[in-house]
Amino acid sequence: MKSFTRGIKSGVAIGLGYLSVSFSFGILAVGFGFSWWQALLISMTTLTSAGQLAGINIMAASGGYIEMLISQITVNIRYSFMSVSLSQKTSDEFKGIKRWLLGFFMTDEIFAVASAQNEVDTKFFAGLSVMPYIGWSLGTLSGALLGNILPQSVMNALCLAIYGMFVAIIAPVAKKSLKLFAVIAFAVALSCAFYYIPFLSKNVPSGLAISICAVAAAVLGALLFPKSEEAENE
Amino acid sequence: MNSFWIYLLILAGSTYLIRAIPFAAVKQKITNRFVRSFLYYIPYTVLAAMTFPAALYATGNIYAAAAGLLVGAVFAVLEKGLTVVAVASCITVFAAEALL
Repeated sequence: MKSFTRGIKSGVAIGLGYLSVSFSFGILAVGFGFSWWQALLISMTTLTSAGQLAGINIMAASGGYIEMLISQITVNIRYSFMSVSLSQKTSDEFKGIKRWLLGFFMTDEIFAVASAQNEVDTKFFAGLSVMPYIGWSLGTLSGALLGNILPQSVMNALCLAIYGMFVAIIAPVAKKSLKLFAVIAFAVALSCAFYYIPFLSKNVPSGLAISICAVAAAVLGALLFPKSEEAENE
Repeated sequence: MNSFWIYLLILAGSTYLIRAIPFAAVKQKITNRFVRSFLYYIPYTVLAAMTFPAALYATGNIYAAAAGLLVGAVFAVLEKGLTVVAVASCITVFAAEALL
């Protein structure tokens, strides 16, 4: 059980971050004409930020089902890489039905925290998923029901929580490895190109841009600085 | 007439399958060095690409966001843990926006 409670604790920061992000999703969904229970249901069954945002945009515009499917695949393809990546770190008992059930919780942040572990067992991963799931659901519900009840300054500050958490995951590893630092710098440079070059920012949806930048930088890293077996757990 | 329920099924179903199929399907340790290296780098490149430059525009003020990230980075380099870093970033943004 120790592993489960350790997981819950590790998920607190993610849960807090999700609370604020999904709060804005709730507000947005109601603004698009969805009822509070629809917004909540979307969050509880889907558990992703960019994909849900793309999803309600398409629903509100009465877009096609195929369009919905294509947008979800491009925005979410990064999860497949994460799932394969984490499959290499799971303990021996974490397989079969457990993976089918817990695979649902493979969000960017849960994945990032889990992959910072040397080995991920079922209980830790399950515990890690608890607070983010509660935060994501509760945030959506409050956003949908309460709308803009928090002052804008507090909302603004909360919006950085999730990014602060990303920095907390990246920085300690990057300071120890110049190679990893270089790979990260390349990913950031590419990401800036997709953001600031008008042709790219207009034509490439942000979820897909993230996948492209991440894959390109990781390929470059694997080509230039392949990891040796022993060095991986450092 | 498009139905909310069919939309929801596509949205939730495709997201779930994209996550779960590779997770359940890859059972063995991958031995290929290139693939292993790729999988080692991918978590960090995903997070880096999501954070920059999007985080700068996440709050009402680009300077406040930059200050929040900077303070967060300092705490992160000191290995203060996820929650502390996230809270420190938020407080910095709140304070910076009040001052600016």
